[in-house]
Amino acid sequence: MTKEKRQIFVFLIFALALLTIPFLLRESYLLNVLVFIGIHTMLAVALNLLLGYAGQISLGHAAFFGIGAYMSGILTARFALDPWLVIILAAVSAAAIAFIIGFPILKLKGHYLAMATLGFGIIFYIIFNETVGWTGGPSGLSGIPNLQIGGIIFDNDMCNYYLVWIITIAVMLLSINLSQSRIGRALRAVHDSEVAARVMGINAWVLKVQIFTISAFISAIAGSLYAHTMTFISPASFGFNFSVELVTMVVVGGLGSIYGSFLGAAILTVLPEFLRVFEDFDIIIYGLMLILITMFMPGGLISGFQLLAQKVNLKTKGK
Amino acid sequence: MVLKVANITKAFGGLTALDDVSLGVDAGSITGIIGPNGAGKTTLFNIITGLYTQTSGEVYMENKKISFFAPEALAALGLVRTFQNVELFGQMTVLENVMVGSHTKSSSGFLSCAFKFPRQIKEEKLIREKSMRWLEFTDLDEHAEMRADNLPFGKSRLLEISRAMALEPRVILMDEPAAGLNSRETLQLAKLIRRIKELGITVVLVEHDMDLVMDICETIVVLNLGKKLTQGTPREIQENPAVISAYLGVS
Repeated sequence: MTKEKRQIFVFLIFALALLTIPFLLRESYLLNVLVFIGIHTMLAVALNLLLGYAGQISLGHAAFFGIGAYMSGILTARFALDPWLVIILAAVSAAAIAFIIGFPILKLKGHYLAMATLGFGIIFYIIFNETVGWTGGPSGLSGIPNLQIGGIIFDNDMCNYYLVWIITIAVMLLSINLSQSRIGRALRAVHDSEVAARVMGINAWVLKVQIFTISAFISAIAGSLYAHTMTFISPASFGFNFSVELVTMVVVGGLGSIYGSFLGAAILTVLPEFLRVFEDFDIIIYGLMLILITMFMPGGLISGFQLLAQKVNLKTKGK
Repeated sequence: MVLKVANITKAFGGLTALDDVSLGVDAGSITGIIGPNGAGKTTLFNIITGLYTQTSGEVYMENKKISFFAPEALAALGLVRTFQNVELFGQMTVLENVMVGSHTKSSSGFLSCAFKFPRQIKEEKLIREKSMRWLEFTDLDEHAEMRADNLPFGKSRLLEISRAMALEPRVILMDEPAAGLNSRETLQLAKLIRRIKELGITVVLVEHDMDLVMDICETIVVLNLGKKLTQGTPREIQENPAVISAYLGVS
């Protein structure tokens, strides 16, 4: 099997497995967790394009997630606009905001970029909190309608599962394609040596702004889906903590790996649920696990999987 | 004249690194820029390739003024460089490094790449084939799938040249291409530079290895303490008393 065919094969299995899960697993609670994993995967993939591929940090990505969620929430709950249209509108708006702030801040590097993105993340968090007339402020915004197509209303876990995961799988596929193209190589080139990338004719600044914009676009779609599946949103979900959690998902899963982002999102969504049995100690164990993963798997969880796959491969070839 | 530098001055605060330097490079030639440490050779390279901005003076390529052009704009015009410390994309494979060199020669955008439009698939295949040929050009084809930062130093220099060639440049500037190479590798490098010239590409190099410079360069420019000392053929340079004193410190 050629490398390319193997990749298609792996992706098909991955997609098929995810799409059959609801038939095997009908428990509402678990499906709900999986919906969250889907939304988080979308966000982690979006951030990974920026952080893992182009090598540019964002500590404010929760803001784009929030822009998507609040635009969908406000425009459908208060103004009764068509939710599908609003999703597109919200994604385009988030992308436009990213484009405008991207030009000045993506001139910055390293810690300075981290500070600037942290800044806009906090600004949006304050906006979500303070514009009470629109967002409902700290007490949140409720009454967001479920999405519907024709006669199907996405108001149960099964429907939401398919809604979220079909879009997530599409986002993953497009991101994988992008990462293996000339654009993906240009992004990684900027990551490894910006000066050499520029000498090779890559306009690093514009490229960074472009990927930042796309990343915001995807994050906003995730936000809209979140708003419509939860039907209630509050600013706490879009603060600094969540921005950091997204960075953690990308790093723990594996920088520069789309499947890694899925793994990171899955682990960081599921782990807190499992650790509840430890009650007050859960946060300590959680932190410890993250430290161990980053210490012993600097390439993220995905690198562990790849190593395992190689070993299995060698064994089967040996026989 | 494919490249012309006119009255370039570069001051870093109070220090004048380059003082009114002018020189011309003939199309299709190999030109060497030499001079003792601190003469301003790399500074001049950085100004020509858009990494530094000069205090005054102009740079022309084929009579087009390219002063203050960004490196990416110069790449599109066919001016490329290599680095003294080798700037590879370390986490990418050897082949991918060269494929990045095709960036200006390909055009698929974000949508086309994400949705794998047929034109993009075709272009990708073409980039791969062309890049393999540039790897064969420097005998690196067997290392195509290796991670670039695992290459031994001598080969990483060759990879940087392959990558620059993938840009199909008209002018290639090499900053100390022989630094860190052993004598056998330096001989191979000399052959390689001649082959690049045979392809009709103008080569400009900064180099400390005098045997190499005298062997392959048709014109040599000597810089000393930020000023141009002289310009001439290898023979003229070797016999020039000013050059000898600049190198040996006799006054």
